[in-house]
This record gives sequence, C-alpha cells and structure tokens, in this order.
Amino acid sequence: MSQNSSVIFKNVVKAFGDTQVVKSINFQVDSGKLVTLLGPSGCGKTTTLRMIAGLELPTSGEIYISGKDVSKVSASGRNVGMVFQSYALFPHMTVLQNVCYGLSNHKSKKLEMLEKAEKALATVGLSHLKERFPSELSGGQQQRVAIARSIVIQPDVLLFDEPLSNLDAKLRRQVRQDIRDLQQEIGVTAIYVTHDQEEALAISDDIIVMNDGNISQIGSPENLYKRPTNAFVAQFIGDANKLTGELVKDENDSLFKIAEQSIFAYQGNKPAGKYDVFIRPNALKFVSTESTSDICFPVTVKKSVYLGSHTEYQLSTSWGESLFMIDYSFDEPLANQSEAFVSIDARGVSIV
Amino acid sequence: MNQFHRNTLIFGLVAILLMPWYRVDGNFWTFQWLAFNFFLIEESAPLISQLFHLEKYWLILPLVPFVLYTFDYMASTKFSDSIKQQGLLNRQLYYGLAGLSFTLIQAFLVGDFGVNFDWLVSLLPEDSYQFGAGAGTLLLVISFLFMIANGLAYRGFMKGDIFATSCLILIIFLVVVFVAFPVLNILIRAFLIEDAGYSFQAFFDRFAIVNLWGLDCGPNASSICGVAWSTLFLAIMTGISTTLLGLAFALIVTRTNFIGKKFLSFFSILPMITPPFVVGMALILLLGASGTFTEWLNAFFEVELGGWIYGFWGLWLAQTLSYTPIAFLVLIGVVEGVSPSMEEASQTLGASPTKTFFTISLPLMRPGLANAFLLGFIESMADLGNALVLGGDYQVLSAQIFFAIAGASADDGKAATLAIVLLIFTLTTFFIQKRWVGKTNYTTVTGKGDGGSYGPLPKLVKFLSLGTALPWVAFTFTVYVMILLGGFVETWGVDNSFSLTHYAEAFRIEFVNNSMMASGVAWDSLFTTLLLAIIAMPLTSFLGLLTGYLLSRVDFPGKAYFEFGTMLSFAIPGIVIGVSYVIAFNQAPIDLTYTGMIIVLCFVFRNMSVGVRSGIASLSQLDKGLDEASITLGATGFTTLRRIIFPLIKQAIVSSMIYSFIRSITSVSAVIFLVSADYNLSSAYIIGLVESNRFGVAIAYATALIVIMSVAILLMKLLIGDRKVFLRAQK
Repeated sequence: MSQNSSVIFKNVVKAFGDTQVVKSINFQVDSGKLVTLLGPSGCGKTTTLRMIAGLELPTSGEIYISGKDVSKVSASGRNVGMVFQSYALFPHMTVLQNVCYGLSNHKSKKLEMLEKAEKALATVGLSHLKERFPSELSGGQQQRVAIARSIVIQPDVLLFDEPLSNLDAKLRRQVRQDIRDLQQEIGVTAIYVTHDQEEALAISDDIIVMNDGNISQIGSPENLYKRPTNAFVAQFIGDANKLTGELVKDENDSLFKIAEQSIFAYQGNKPAGKYDVFIRPNALKFVSTESTSDICFPVTVKKSVYLGSHTEYQLSTSWGESLFMIDYSFDEPLANQSEAFVSIDARGVSIV
Repeated sequence: MNQFHRNTLIFGLVAILLMPWYRVDGNFWTFQWLAFNFFLIEESAPLISQLFHLEKYWLILPLVPFVLYTFDYMASTKFSDSIKQQGLLNRQLYYGLAGLSFTLIQAFLVGDFGVNFDWLVSLLPEDSYQFGAGAGTLLLVISFLFMIANGLAYRGFMKGDIFATSCLILIIFLVVVFVAFPVLNILIRAFLIEDAGYSFQAFFDRFAIVNLWGLDCGPNASSICGVAWSTLFLAIMTGISTTLLGLAFALIVTRTNFIGKKFLSFFSILPMITPPFVVGMALILLLGASGTFTEWLNAFFEVELGGWIYGFWGLWLAQTLSYTPIAFLVLIGVVEGVSPSMEEASQTLGASPTKTFFTISLPLMRPGLANAFLLGFIESMADLGNALVLGGDYQVLSAQIFFAIAGASADDGKAATLAIVLLIFTLTTFFIQKRWVGKTNYTTVTGKGDGGSYGPLPKLVKFLSLGTALPWVAFTFTVYVMILLGGFVETWGVDNSFSLTHYAEAFRIEFVNNSMMASGVAWDSLFTTLLLAIIAMPLTSFLGLLTGYLLSRVDFPGKAYFEFGTMLSFAIPGIVIGVSYVIAFNQAPIDLTYTGMIIVLCFVFRNMSVGVRSGIASLSQLDKGLDEASITLGATGFTTLRRIIFPLIKQAIVSSMIYSFIRSITSVSAVIFLVSADYNLSSAYIIGLVESNRFGVAIAYATALIVIMSVAILLMKLLIGDRKVFLRAQK
C-alpha cells in the first residue's frame, strides 16, 4: 500500500450512448478511509465503482488514484483490488491458486508468492481450506477467498461491490463487521457499494449518497442521519415523514405549525416562513395531555403492527395527512381507530 | 513505452530488412528461398533491397511511415519524461494509418503486368511490375496494425485494452481482405466486359441471356423453368421438409420415452459427417435407373421407374437427407426452451394436452421453426455436391455457377451475375433471420431452473412424429447400408459379387524394393485434405472464439456492424466464396494460386462463423465477473483469455474444432476451384471419380472418409473427457 492512496473524482461523467449514468461528480476519498457509495438501484453507484476499478472508462473528467491520473488506464494497469458481488472466484482453480493468480500477473517469485498467499489466507482465516475448489466452500467462505484474493496484491484501493447481497441476513452482520475490522487492520483505502443504508451506516467513515447519477450528500453516518441537506437524503437514510408547514416566530420561541395546529417547538435559527420538514418515525411519541407540557396534537390510529421489539403505527392527523410512527416502548399497543395525542422530539426533525 | 512498441518495431524491421517482400515460389517454410544471395534476387529480396537495388521505387510509400515511427521511437526512449513519451503514444495511430493505406495504395498502383495507371508510366522505370505479397508485406502490415491498435487503446478505445483492440483490428483486417474484398471483387465482375470496361449494360445483358426468371414452364410447357425459380422452389421445399422432420425427431427425443432415442440421435449426426454428394451417390445406387430398388420393383411388379431420381425429386430427397440433422439440432434447443411451467399453466387452466400443444407449445416454438427453415433454405441454396451428382436437367444456381467457370468457355461475367442472384437470395434470408426471427425469440434461457417437467406428448402429435421419423430413419439406414456395401461390390447392378478392388485401387500400399509406396489413387488427396484440415482447425476455432469473445465481452463503437460482418460469411454460399477466391487471389497484390494456403484460408473464413456462435453461446453462460476479476488482478486480456476463459469453455473449443475439421473435409463447393495438382482434396477428387462413373472407388473413398471423421470425433471427445466438475474425488 502506498503512503498516499487517495481517490479523487473531478467532474467525472459516464454516458452509455445517450444516457448519462453518472453526471459530473466530484469527490475525494482520503487514504485509509472506508467510504460507502449508497443509493437506490440505478443511481450510478456501481458505475462509479467500476470507473475506479478501470472496468469502465469515464466519458469525460479525471480520476486520480494515489495522485496519478488514471482516467485512460485500463483495469489491469491500475493497482486496485475488487470484491465482486458474485465473488467471481475462478471455478477451475483451488483456493490457493485463486489467491496466487493476481501475484502471478506481477512476476513475483514462486516462493514469495506462496508466502504472501498463505498470509492473506491466514488473515481471512481460511488457511485450512486452501486446496479446496470454490464449489466446495460455503457462501461466507467463498466471500473470504474473494477478499483474500484482492488484498494479496496490496492494492492502492480495495473495492467492494455489494459484497453481502449473496449472504443470509444473520451472516451479513458478522461479515460486514469482519470487513470493517480487516480494513482497519491493514489500513487500506476502501470503497464500498451498497443499497442497504444500515450496512452503510454500520461500517463507513464517510457515506456518499447518490441519486440519479448525482451526488446528493457526502458526510459521516451521523451527519447524514441527523443533518440531511436535502429531501432525498432525509428520506433515503432512515425513514422520515415529510410534512409541509409554516415556521411562526414570536418573541421567545418559534413554533412549526400546520393548518393552525402547532406541531413542535423549533430551536434552530431559520427565519420564519414555509418549510418542508422531515420527521423520523421514532421521534413521535404517544403522550397523555394531562401529564405533559410538551406541544402535542391529536391523531387517530389507522393501523398498528406489533413486531416484538417495537410497534409500527399508521396515524391520521387532523389536517388529513398520515404519519408513520415507530414506538419502542413497552406500552400495550393501541387498538385501531383509537384516539391519542402525540408529541415530537425536535432532535428527530430536520428542516430542509 | 512498453514492450508492445518494441515488438511493433521488431516486426517491422524484420519485414523490411529480412523477409522476402513478395511471394516466394514453392513452400515458404522449406526455406529454399534462403539462398546466399536471397537479399538481392527479385524473387526473395526484402523491401529495402527491392526498393533501392531492384528499382521498385513505389515501395518508398510503406517505408516512409515506418521510418518516421522508428525515429520517433528512438527519440522518445531518450526522454524519461512521460510527457515527451506521450507524443509517440499519440502519433503512433497516424503512423499506423498512413502505413496501412500507403501499403494498400502501392499494391494497387503496380500489378503483375506493369503499372495500373497511365500517369505512372513517366514516373517509374520502364517495365515496372510486382508480384503478389509475401511474408515481408504481411509482417509490415501487422506492424502497422499494431501501431493503430496501440494508438486507439491509448485513446481509451475498448477501455484501453491493448490486447482486445489488437485482436479487433486484426480480425477486421482479415475479414476485409479474405471475405469482403474477394466477394466485392467478383460482384464487380458482373458489370465488366473485357476490353470495354464496366457498365450496367453488361450486367443487364447477362441477366437477360441467362435463363434466370423464365416462367414459361410447368407440367405442360416445353421449356425449363428459370434457374432462379427452380433454385428457390427447391430451397423452400428442402426448408419445409427438413424443418418438419427435424421437429418430429426433436419431439421424440425430448418429449417421449421412446426406446430408440439414442439410436435416433446417432442417426441424426451421421449425415453431418457425410460428404454431401455421397448421399446423392447412394440414392443413385438405390433408386437410379439401374438401382437396387428400381430393379427390384421392375422384377416383382414390372414397374418401370426410369431416371426420375435425376432432377428435382432426387435433389430434394438428397438435401432432405443431408440437412435434416441441422434442423434437428436447432429444434432440440427450441423444444427444450419451451418452459414446462407454461404448459402446466395451460393445463391447470383446463386445456387438453392436444390443445396445449397447438395453442401454447407450438406458437412458442415458432421463431425456432422459422430459424430451422431458414437454415435449411440457405444450405439447399449453397449445395453444389448433390446438384452436380443428381441435378440432371434441373438447373440450380450453384451448379450453373460451377459450369460457367468450369465449362468449355469460362465466363467470369456470367458466373458473377449468377453469384449476385444467389447472394441476394441468401443474404435476404440472412437478414430475415436476423431481423425478424432473431427479435421474436420467446424462449429465453435464464440459467435458472424453471421447475416442472415436460408432460407426455399428446397422442396425435406423438403418432405423427413417430409416423414420419421412423420410416425416415429406415430410409436413412438403407441409404447408409448402400454406401457401406457400394464399396465392396464389383459393379453395382451388373455384377453384384463381393470385391475389394475398389478399396485396393483407392488405398493400395505396395512394397517396392523394400520401401513402402502408397500407390492407391486416394492417398495423395487424402493426406493433403487431412493436413490442410488439421492446419485450418485450430486457426478457425481460435479466430472464431476470439471474435465471439470480443462480441460478447467487450463494448466498442460499431459492434453491431462487426458482428454482422463476421456472420455474413455464413450466408455466402461456398461456390461464391470459391469462385471469388480464384478470381481475387490469382494476381498481385495477393497471389495464392495453386497453394495450400488459399485452401486453408478458405476453410478458415468459411467455417469461422460457427466458432463465433459457439463462442458467444458458451461465454454467455460464463459470469462476466470472472474476466473482470482477472483484469483487476493485473492480468492482461491475453492472460485472462488463456488462463481463465479458455479453460472454462474447453468444450466449446473442442466442438468448434471438430466442426471445423468436418466441414473442411466435407466441403465441396468452396474448394472445388481452389484445388491444384499439388494440393488436391478428397471431396474434389471424389467428384471427379463420380463424373468419370467410377462409383465403386468413389464410394469406397467416401466411406473411408466417414470412418476417419468418426474416429477423429471420438479421439477429440476422449481427449477432453467429460465436463470437469472442479470437485475433488469423494473420499
């Protein structure tokens, strides 16, 4: 791994025929960071990843890896490791041969090569399976071979293309933590593509949220969740109820109102006016009007779904919009059609 | 600067300084041209000495771009600075383009018999001429092609992959030189009158003279139908009969538990390894004027059949026998492609099995059926062997083209005119197949198991299928018995006693003065055939699969045209290719007359499209991630092909090799004009035997060919074994 293995995109555009899949994006990934490209399918995140690998060349713009312009360098000329969604293990080679393959393309000495391969396999804990063929391994093991194969060449950047999508839900948590630990251990710059926001939040230093070929927002997981700068990010990262209303200020506090109904007290410094607000489902809370001094408003329970750890509610409001709420309390779930009051925790609200 | 530049330079330098610029007499590989003074003799001198010593001044054209490239390279290597080096990377495309076009221009400026343009006379020494291109020309052209490829790859063409770009440029060049150029060349001949130049009038005159479109025929008319109509009629009939029979076979093999299934499959393969005209010969032995069946009918029922077999009926029968297997192989895939769940859905909705078959299954197979029909149609149009043996008075285009060239008065123009008509038919069919059938394919293979299993065929369909297939198998069987017996009978129909004379005549080996001498008449052509077929085999397969790889794995502008161009060779009838090779490659700039190379080239470019198809088919089942993984692991395109892709598509490689080998041996129409005294081929030799009525020897020889091909297939299948499962043996 070179000292400075950063990745920089400058005005990168990728078009297939007439359709622009990536529309002039700019970003920088610093050395040793794990950055996630997150977005719905078709947003251009995989194309972006493939442009870093050199599997697609940009239509215009420049890509720098470790400070070198690689915009027109083919994939085999870049020192980039990639873990594929399908793992793409070579079925006619053993685990060891798979891991050695990349080294053999760089004219290493045989002994040195085996030593490095053994070390990489040990790193992912698969030394005992090196003589097996990929078809004799479980999904999780195949994935680890794929990782060993891509780290053994000591890449400038390590790329992951939705690496967990072929694993079952339980294994996913485990493997994503393993990937994060491994990345920290060897200190490689890593870029990770996923459409699963939970996965992205769990492992990333930074997240690049993409939508329709553009970058919507770049930031740390906490920043993105708490301070989304646009409607897309607010709704894509964690659920959010979108409401449109008015911010009304008097001398000591300011209130957010919809159709004369006060919804919550606002503490920020935005001027009065019309706004869209995004409210997290878990920022809503049932209250009794007698015991609270918080601002609250009446709702009707349309539908409740009991899910053990929490209960999901579909609520209808006095002004006709419906709200989605998640209740993590141990309270008895409310029955359909029952009337209640809810208050909103302002920390779960973002105004865009 | 990379190794690529060094290779380009070395190729070019060797071409210019060492290799004979022109074609050498005799075999290049014997190196007989390498006499002590080869450098100075006109015949074997390299470019540099042809230009300065032998005063062929026009050769300065290809030299200049190469010299510029060389100086540029030397200058750039002096700089370690990569900015300066980029200059060459950028400019090499222009050196390559200039070099290639200058080489082509000089080739057409001066020919075998002098300069081709009057304004050149004053510029060049008197009596300037040049021969066909040789090893030197080839190497220099390759060097220029490398410059172009490297220059394009540097500009990000094909994702900057130098290997893929080089392959693409090379394949395009080869297809242009060995398919497009000869075919266009012959087409232009239709407009040419010797000493009078080109005119549309010439074409229309020929069009009128040849009885192409005459309709003054029918049961009562006196004259014969136009050649175009009879060819079309035969092709349609053959297309229909092969498709129906193929469907019957496919249904039986995939949808019934009929005991003889394996036997059926075997019989469907047999005609593929049979030289096409052999079926015709066997039909004559069986149904001809003095054929076994004819005599038998005569003896028992006193029915006189006469020579009905010579003409439409015989041709139709022979072609149906020969091409049903192709329809069968296409339709097996089609029948299996109809998902059982569709049929199950139909039956749960209350349709009877018969209704399901006719309203669901059959309509779903429609594109496949059309495809099979079109293949049979094209094969029938291109068939020359049977037309020569059985045609009689029934005139078809392929045979007419043959007679136009081989007849008493060789008439290029007439052959070219007929070739245009034939090409129009086959290309139109090809277009229809691509545009219409190709786009309405309902049966897509997803690779995922669909679940469900095929229900039994409705009784009616099963009865119909078996009812047509079984008698047909019996007939095929009889025909092959005839072929087998024909070689062992003294004189068919006259003296039916057992005899080995035909085999002896063909394959006799004598011992003269203690040394073995293969004095049988067949040995010479047999060895040549096997040698050339074996040389062509890996080339065809490699070129085809490489093209398939480019088409299915790499994106580049103009890909659709590239695909179309490579597939086109399939739609060009063999006789057209053969005639066009003779006319295009018998003078400078490319003179390959009487060589084995022209035959090998013909084999390669005729059969390449099959390699392309099987390459595309097997690659589409291979995860694209595998190549991408290999490339991100630092492997070049070539390494990826060698270490990842080829091992995984071994089966496709072997099957395309087998196919190439068989097609080379059994092809008649494409090579009949390319054979020469030194390089005679089995099929052409056997046709000669038939024409001189030596049926016994011809059949003996053909039987031996069938046996050789069967053995070759078995050997190659054994060689690769079954599909490797990549599992260790269970302990």
